[in-house]
Amino acid sequence: MSVAARESVPALEPEQWRSDFPILRRVLPNGTKLTYFDNAATTQRPRQVVDAIVQTYERHYANVLRGVHTLAEESDNLYAAAREKVRALINAPSAEQVIFTYGATSAINLVARSWGDATLRSGDEILLTEMEHHSNLVPWQQLAARRGAAIRWIPITDDGLLELDALDRLLSDRTRLVAVTAVSNVLGTINPLEEIIRRAHAAGAIVLVDGAQAVPHMPIDVQALDCDFLAFSGHKMLGPTGIGVLYGKRELLESMPPFLGGGGMIRLVEMERFTPGDLPHKFEAGTPPIVEAIALGAAVDYLNRVGLAAIHAYELRLTHRAHQCLQSLPGLRIFGPKPEQKGGIVSFALDRLHAHDVAQLLDRAGIAVRAGHHCTMPLHKRLGVPATTRASFYFYNTLEEVDRLGPALERAMHTLRRK
Amino acid sequence: MSTGEEELYLEHVLAHYEEPYHRGRCAHCTHVHEDLNPLCGDRIRMELQIDDKGTIKEIWFEGDGCCISQAAASMLVERFDGNHIDEVKKFTAADMLAMFGARLTPNRQKCALLSWRVLQAAIYSPADGQSQPAPQQCTEQNSQAAQPPTGSGPTLSGSC
Repeated sequence: MSVAARESVPALEPEQWRSDFPILRRVLPNGTKLTYFDNAATTQRPRQVVDAIVQTYERHYANVLRGVHTLAEESDNLYAAAREKVRALINAPSAEQVIFTYGATSAINLVARSWGDATLRSGDEILLTEMEHHSNLVPWQQLAARRGAAIRWIPITDDGLLELDALDRLLSDRTRLVAVTAVSNVLGTINPLEEIIRRAHAAGAIVLVDGAQAVPHMPIDVQALDCDFLAFSGHKMLGPTGIGVLYGKRELLESMPPFLGGGGMIRLVEMERFTPGDLPHKFEAGTPPIVEAIALGAAVDYLNRVGLAAIHAYELRLTHRAHQCLQSLPGLRIFGPKPEQKGGIVSFALDRLHAHDVAQLLDRAGIAVRAGHHCTMPLHKRLGVPATTRASFYFYNTLEEVDRLGPALERAMHTLRRK
Repeated sequence: MSTGEEELYLEHVLAHYEEPYHRGRCAHCTHVHEDLNPLCGDRIRMELQIDDKGTIKEIWFEGDGCCISQAAASMLVERFDGNHIDEVKKFTAADMLAMFGARLTPNRQKCALLSWRVLQAAIYSPADGQSQPAPQQCTEQNSQAAQPPTGSGPTLSGSC
């Protein structure tokens, strides 16, 4: 993930794409236009994704795998095609290494239960970072408790970057896993994954990457990264909720025992025993989220048309603009590194104004942001604030929308800080 | 400023936020409780001095958090200063929201109700070093859910 590469792609024009998102034209009950800056929480769907869902249900839908009738075969082909689209997006070596899950959280839990329970022994160590989302934290706490392992933490600097020197001190021959986010959902920090993975591998540890805020926003190549696992969610990349992806290296996935048991993940079942099926089915028990996967495929097609590199470059412009607007406001503190080192996420706190009140008053201006700890309680404790307000962008936001933030925040400050 | 913005941040809400009633510590405090909304970081602590007839002689609050939570605490403290704890027990969550006045979405209602929950627990929570039971006439009337744990440390209490 080269930050420098952003400058050399053709400029993205958001107006070209906005018309595909009817919801962005909404006028809110109080007459204001919607400004949707909550993309880190979830993204909106283009009509092409909605159409894929409707068309599947209206023309092709049937249960997948082992069906012989026409609709089953059509659904099967659409489902398999979706898997191949995701494979190509992340440059996985084979589609069998792309496991469909219900989201990034579900994918991480799969690794914690399957790889974790089979591999970890008492005294083993898991390395996390202070900036992790609870979904890339709690499953490891649960695993550590089950297996008698210890969790250790890579700290962040006051600028919101990972302290890589600390990584070297923490890596030991007891380290089995490093779990790290590609992009922080609060700080926006883009972590130096290649370097982290190289050092972890040198110490004999594997690396799981939480790609939830990265895969939708920039090109990700799992072979170039050499990550052992990658998890991400459909609904953060124009796809529906209820679908996510776990990518894993083949030798790892093949050596891991199944997680959920049931139909679909077996080769053979007798009364006394079962044998698990091959990849990817071994990890896809039960009827899968068929239409959600097909819709995710449509989302990947759409993102490829927009261009992930173009999205990444464009978001830098939005982030720059947001930093400029916000830095001029008195008593406002932005968390995280400078725009060049982050994705399209800007979290901030205002003196004497609580994040909830800020978010409420921005909503009055039609601006949708999020307030709270954003599922990163340890990070907020480290930052020393109970809550932050977060604006998070996507390629369909405009510079003109970002310009609305400054005046709206000034009005909020005027309302709440009258003394 | 449009009327739409002021709907939530009504004049009396902002007045309580800026100049809260009895924000501070209670000298000779007999009862205390503290709680927070972990999702948003609002925190309220209530310290009371209740006499042996059940009258709230002193009531003070401390805390941090959003305008709604802090303003609601101030309103509540002003409302019950000098009242009997039976009045507190009869004061429902709906009463609290009505007293607050501004229209609140369910998410923000949690902010306004935090101090109400803390007060409902505080009247049953003797301060450290004092183990007086609640006055007789009050315990008979307690037909609400199980009493929260006593003690002055912060606890996550369920709804009262």
